[in-house]
Amino acid sequence: MHTAVQRYTLNILLALVCLGLVLAAYWDLLDSYVLTVLMFMGINIIFAASLNLVNGYMGEFSCGHGGFMCVGAYVGSVLSVICFSSNKILGAALLPSTLAPWIFPLILLASGFSAALFGLLVALPSFRTRGDYLAIITIAANYIIISLVENIDIIGGPRGLSGMKRTMNAMRDVADIPWMLIWVMIGTLVSLTLLRRLVSSTYGKGIRAICQNEVAAEIMGVNTDRVKIVAFMLSSALAGVAGALYAHVFGYVNAQAFNILKSTEGMVMVYLGGMGSLSGSVIAAMVFTLLVEGLRFGIPALDSLLHAAHVLPADVVLSQIWKWVFIPLLLILLMQFRPEGIMGNRELWDLFPRLKRWIRFR
Amino acid sequence: MALLAVHNLTQRFGGLQALTDFNISIADREFVGLIGPNGAGKTTVFNLVSGFYEPTEGSITFDGVPTRGLKPHSVTALGIARTFQNIRLWNNMSVLDNIRLARHHWLGYSLWDALLRTRRFGDAEAGVDKTSWEMLELMELEAYAGEFPKNLPYGLQRRVELARALSVKPRLLLLDEPAAGLNSADVDGLIRVVDWIYSEFGISIWMIEHQMKVVMALCERIVVLNFGRIIAEGSPGQIQADPGVIGAYLGDGML
Repeated sequence: MHTAVQRYTLNILLALVCLGLVLAAYWDLLDSYVLTVLMFMGINIIFAASLNLVNGYMGEFSCGHGGFMCVGAYVGSVLSVICFSSNKILGAALLPSTLAPWIFPLILLASGFSAALFGLLVALPSFRTRGDYLAIITIAANYIIISLVENIDIIGGPRGLSGMKRTMNAMRDVADIPWMLIWVMIGTLVSLTLLRRLVSSTYGKGIRAICQNEVAAEIMGVNTDRVKIVAFMLSSALAGVAGALYAHVFGYVNAQAFNILKSTEGMVMVYLGGMGSLSGSVIAAMVFTLLVEGLRFGIPALDSLLHAAHVLPADVVLSQIWKWVFIPLLLILLMQFRPEGIMGNRELWDLFPRLKRWIRFR
Repeated sequence: MALLAVHNLTQRFGGLQALTDFNISIADREFVGLIGPNGAGKTTVFNLVSGFYEPTEGSITFDGVPTRGLKPHSVTALGIARTFQNIRLWNNMSVLDNIRLARHHWLGYSLWDALLRTRRFGDAEAGVDKTSWEMLELMELEAYAGEFPKNLPYGLQRRVELARALSVKPRLLLLDEPAAGLNSADVDGLIRVVDWIYSEFGISIWMIEHQMKVVMALCERIVVLNFGRIIAEGSPGQIQADPGVIGAYLGDGML
């Protein structure tokens, strides 16, 4: 009885929350801005949690996670446009729009798969080296991916790519429910489940062993090269799925949205939440999303406050660019006062052991 | 046939000749010691045997299988386990997880089984759990199963490292200075544990050790290395009386 409660509480709780949100969106209780922020939260959770696998659990330093998100976003968008949208260059819609809800998850899978292949391309040469060198290689890979996309004119080049709204409209024609919210939720829950299952299995603990003592891992029979590649590919694949979701939430992609700043955002979330803590990444991604959105209102408010107090001269305006002062400042303060992050290598249930009485985490 | 056969092993690091024409053959269920002054090349031998270095010249054969070109994890899979001079445990994982991870190569399930939580995954994890707890009980470590190794006293960390090495079910166990850093009471305990392991598990053990008390109590045969060359080989009694060995340790001027 007790274990039955433990086994299902988390699932039931999550199902209720998701159902509540979907119904709220369906009955128009949430305005579209709140909805977008919620979806963005989910995408950030996938992005941060997947980066945590490499930077937190494995202790490597990948700085180009945005690049893999870019691959997923573009592969997903191109497939979506080919399938459901008439486009001068890519041709007429390939599939009838009634198929959209069935094809969309396949598009997400394909995005993840192609991002994983790019992850493999980066991982193979770079795992001969570690630490600083991997950081440099991944930054370079991020730039290469973005330049590559910007120089392919058929997918819009630097102008970006749109047309994914057609796929969403096609899904809405089949059934008028908040499709994107549902897909983002499914994507987030599936990603977290996969990551949790990997790191809690003995196979996946090999990833932590590499972080803590690679020599010992290799000598105790862990195929370290293989485990590293598996971790890196899964991490990239989930970033790719996050990218495809992102492209469909906004209906438009531009390669510059996935540049080094995006990768930095991912690292801020990982280190804010704590390395090697999935619940930390989830909390940090939520906090970070709210913070970024909060600054959208906070900066103009601060601007008028400072002007009212005559601290700022009349011709100086605090613009949204200041976001990029406040967010890195957060990282500096974090490293100064709590370098282990919010959770610091622990999970929520390690901090609150009573949770285990009600919920079983696998 | 010998379990481990090493032929004319030579290792050069740039201009440094760390090991020259090293030969040894270790039989099943044999306890061999490897001693020598600091810098004689003892750990180099272990690093070569466990696959960390590829030998410049010579060959290593374990149970009839040549190990040249194999990665260390593949060498371990053949049945060679080792411990380290400076303990190398995974310090931020429980003792139980340290032991469990030694079964990584033999898990018998794929990534997909882990992600989809198949029946094969469940059975394999239950099996690993069972053997790991058995190992903890055998080594009298079950009370520390949930502790992080970094929080344990040094002597216990050594025991955990031994238990972890035994968890790969080796046929040859390489011990690199197991008594280093232990106090005299711990050293007595170590001698008992290693002696018990040797008889209980029926494996071959090859040990590097500086403390003569440990070497003389445990080894059936001793190989002495100096400047990368074998200078003597024989029973503990023969080695103790060997003038070359005494010279290597104390300096020729003493003779």
